[in-house]
Amino acid sequence: MGVLTPELTANIGKAAPPRTEVVTRRDIRKYAIATNQRQRKYLNGDEAPPLYHVALFWDLVELGELTPDGVSVDALLPRFPLERAMAGGLNITYHDRIRPGDVLVGERTLTDIYEKEGRSGPLIFYEVVLEVRREDGSPVITERTTRILR
Amino acid sequence: MSGVSDRLPNLDTLKPGDELPARTHRPDNVQLFFYNAALWNAHRIHYDLPYATDVEGYPGLVIAGPLMGDWLGQCVEAWLGDGGALVNLEYSNRGAAYIGETLTADGTVESVDAAKGEASLTLFIRNEAGDLITPGRALVRLHG
Repeated sequence: MGVLTPELTANIGKAAPPRTEVVTRRDIRKYAIATNQRQRKYLNGDEAPPLYHVALFWDLVELGELTPDGVSVDALLPRFPLERAMAGGLNITYHDRIRPGDVLVGERTLTDIYEKEGRSGPLIFYEVVLEVRREDGSPVITERTTRILR
Repeated sequence: MSGVSDRLPNLDTLKPGDELPARTHRPDNVQLFFYNAALWNAHRIHYDLPYATDVEGYPGLVIAGPLMGDWLGQCVEAWLGDGGALVNLEYSNRGAAYIGETLTADGTVESVDAAKGEASLTLFIRNEAGDLITPGRALVRLHG
């Protein structure tokens, strides 16, 4: 007996509106400092470190949109019957480097929802793919996030 | 100093089992504050100690998962230097880590494909007890 209904799996393929962000040297420097980076090119903001896009495309919400625990609700996701988040993972493929002044377009798509039977009951897995491209469409980063709910 | 290793990995001599230089991290409240501010992440488990312990039941303030992913990226790039480029990085936040803990980012060469000029790396972040907190893998392309 599964926990995923056809109504839930019908959300596979749903995409959030693309977001366009401008990369600044200041933001790269903040990110490099906060991560205890040692490489001078990153601390100077000449180039963005490999995980910088995580900060650039983190959901930017207003105070009233946060839940009491300080989390923003991901509008791309349906309401799942399991809500306790377990491990999450990222798989990032690099096509190009990011530098100050770059204008990047990020588009998130809910690419999969499936379930497995865990030791203590059902687990829901979902995958979201973030495609980061330049305005001309050339790829910069492909990031696949997998999350597990129990 | 540029923050990268002096001896660049070389395709001719690289072999499975070779170790990447390990680096320890002991993040404090200030670093975690900066990190979450850079993301715009307001999740209370990262800065509100009474909330993290009393409401969520954690033993302390939780170190943000993608920060540990970043450390794995740094581990690879510190070893790689100007000798190559990161093609793919994956990691999984398997366990939680807390402010006050010392974490070690480390890795080994898993396989070398000399024809393609690529190497696969196994990566890990462990706590002081040796628990594997964040396992990962990377694919790098080596120059020359």
